[in-house]
Amino acid sequence: MQKEAAIREPLILGDKSYKDITDDVVGPIVGPAPRAWKILITLTGIVAFYGVGCILYLIATGIGVWGLNKTVGWAWDITNFVWWVGIGHAGTLISAVLLLFRQKWRMAINRSAEAMTIFAVIMAAIFPGIHMGRIWVSYWVLPLPNQFGSLWVNFNSPLLWDVFAISTYFSVSLVFWYIGLIPDFATIRDRVTKPLPKKIYGILSFGWSGRAKNWTRFEEVSLVLAGIATPLVFSVHSIVSMDFATSVIPGWHTTIFPPYFVSGAVFSGFAMVQTLLLIMRKTMRLENYIHVKHVEYMNIVIIVTGSIVGVAYLTELFISWYSGVEYESYAFINRFSGPYAWSYWIMMTCNVISPQLFWVKKWRRNLLFTFVLSIVVNIGMWFERYVIIVTSLHRDYDPSSWGEFHATSIDIGIFIGTIGIFGTLFLLFARFFPVLALNELKSILKSSGENYKKKQHSDQH
Amino acid sequence: MFDDEEVLMHDAEKLVEKGIRVKDVYSPFPIHGLDPIIGVKRTRLAIASFMYATAGTSLALLGMWYFMISDWPMNIGGKPSFTLIQNLPAFIPVTFEFSVLCAAHGMAITYLLRNGTLPGMPASNPDPRTTDDKFVMEITTDQNSQFSAEEIENMVRGTEMIELSIKDYE
Repeated sequence: MQKEAAIREPLILGDKSYKDITDDVVGPIVGPAPRAWKILITLTGIVAFYGVGCILYLIATGIGVWGLNKTVGWAWDITNFVWWVGIGHAGTLISAVLLLFRQKWRMAINRSAEAMTIFAVIMAAIFPGIHMGRIWVSYWVLPLPNQFGSLWVNFNSPLLWDVFAISTYFSVSLVFWYIGLIPDFATIRDRVTKPLPKKIYGILSFGWSGRAKNWTRFEEVSLVLAGIATPLVFSVHSIVSMDFATSVIPGWHTTIFPPYFVSGAVFSGFAMVQTLLLIMRKTMRLENYIHVKHVEYMNIVIIVTGSIVGVAYLTELFISWYSGVEYESYAFINRFSGPYAWSYWIMMTCNVISPQLFWVKKWRRNLLFTFVLSIVVNIGMWFERYVIIVTSLHRDYDPSSWGEFHATSIDIGIFIGTIGIFGTLFLLFARFFPVLALNELKSILKSSGENYKKKQHSDQH
Repeated sequence: MFDDEEVLMHDAEKLVEKGIRVKDVYSPFPIHGLDPIIGVKRTRLAIASFMYATAGTSLALLGMWYFMISDWPMNIGGKPSFTLIQNLPAFIPVTFEFSVLCAAHGMAITYLLRNGTLPGMPASNPDPRTTDDKFVMEITTDQNSQFSAEEIENMVRGTEMIELSIKDYE
């Protein structure tokens, strides 16, 4: 059996046995819904309903109901798209990259982080879909034989790469998540007593029986999927960044974009994981599994990626001056001193300064402080995309067509609405799905559980 | 039935030394180090996944060659569109994504088929507690025909198991 250094903080607190882990996770699913959950889902449900209404209105009327104009042709829609895709990156990063690095602390958080990924990518996919204007012909993005020639889609275009990247990312994340869920659904199936839930979980668990050979295959599949999901995570946001980087718009046309977008995505994704998990551990009483040490580890990732993002901002600024290209310099001078300077400085404060506060150990181990800061980071990362998209577009080469973007109520409604839909989906997940990876947690209990560590320690003396 | 994976592994080792063949072990989580003891071979799923990936790469390249070079070449911003090699840099992202797509889905489907775990399949674990906190070792008499049923039972009773259930099949 694996042993772990005694000075490492335990990952599972309290005197837990295998059975306690099952009880703590399956108990809330079997029992009645808590009051807090009912209140939350009502709230998010109303917001989601409003969002769906706005989307239907947009589809019925046309994208003129957004504040887009001739100069600013991309604004909140693509900002929201990139923001949601970025949030989606943390889940796969936690489950795939940290699996390859054998980080045991991922096990308490990977299930919910992957769920978050999937829901965030669904939210992201809404925006390019409705931005097409005529969503009923959205299948035109696929290379299907057609009556126009056949006229094929353009494989030289990053926008098409994006179609492939996002759909691959979504479906592979879904498969990865579900493969891990099967054994845990089996645990629920064998615990529930009511016939209908038993039937449903029975179907969901695919008849999993936990044979030795099945587990060998399970571990192999998890490892290989993690191995191929890791480059996938990096490729997806790199490709998203190429939507901008391959164009000739000053402020977009930079080779720094792919790494800069990827670290920004991880940064915002971890912030969102913090926001969700800090609420979830409280309402679902998971304090023994997701505790200060997990939060601290995630905050360290936030410091690292936040610093990379900060360096990228400064590099961008420096290169715009150093390049000697006046259009490029102007784009950046306009960013920090033009009509959208307020959004630039919000971005700088939230993304560059705020994560540096986590160098103080006391603060990064403070849950309330972490929660507030995670929201600040999410706001900052939304403004990053807004700054990149809107400020680069609103003043193009020809001053006669300079303009500004003003968000309409539909812009706002759809964005808030996606937060509502996302929240609703996540709450449903938290209610009916095993929120912790039961089988993985049980396998680390003996090496990282508090009670086992104490016992091991006292045995040595 | 056992309530600790290390005890089970230790006893499985002892039984195998005596010449018993363990048919299967049911557990709530993977037990590391058990496979060589009870004679479970390494899975070939990773090789399958590599083959799916290769198929994906070839299919993606073939497709893009047909769409963009052979069937309907287009001049897009003067980008080279006469041969696959010239145009290849622009095709890398989609080739990569498609390979990953095929590898992941192919492997997942193979995994589910080989495990016999598909939607609606009945569960075959002998006791519902094996998905919670108990571990079951399954030993059949027909795999161990050199011993009589009583001998096997005595050997199994000599282990540190917590429960024994004897079932008569057929």
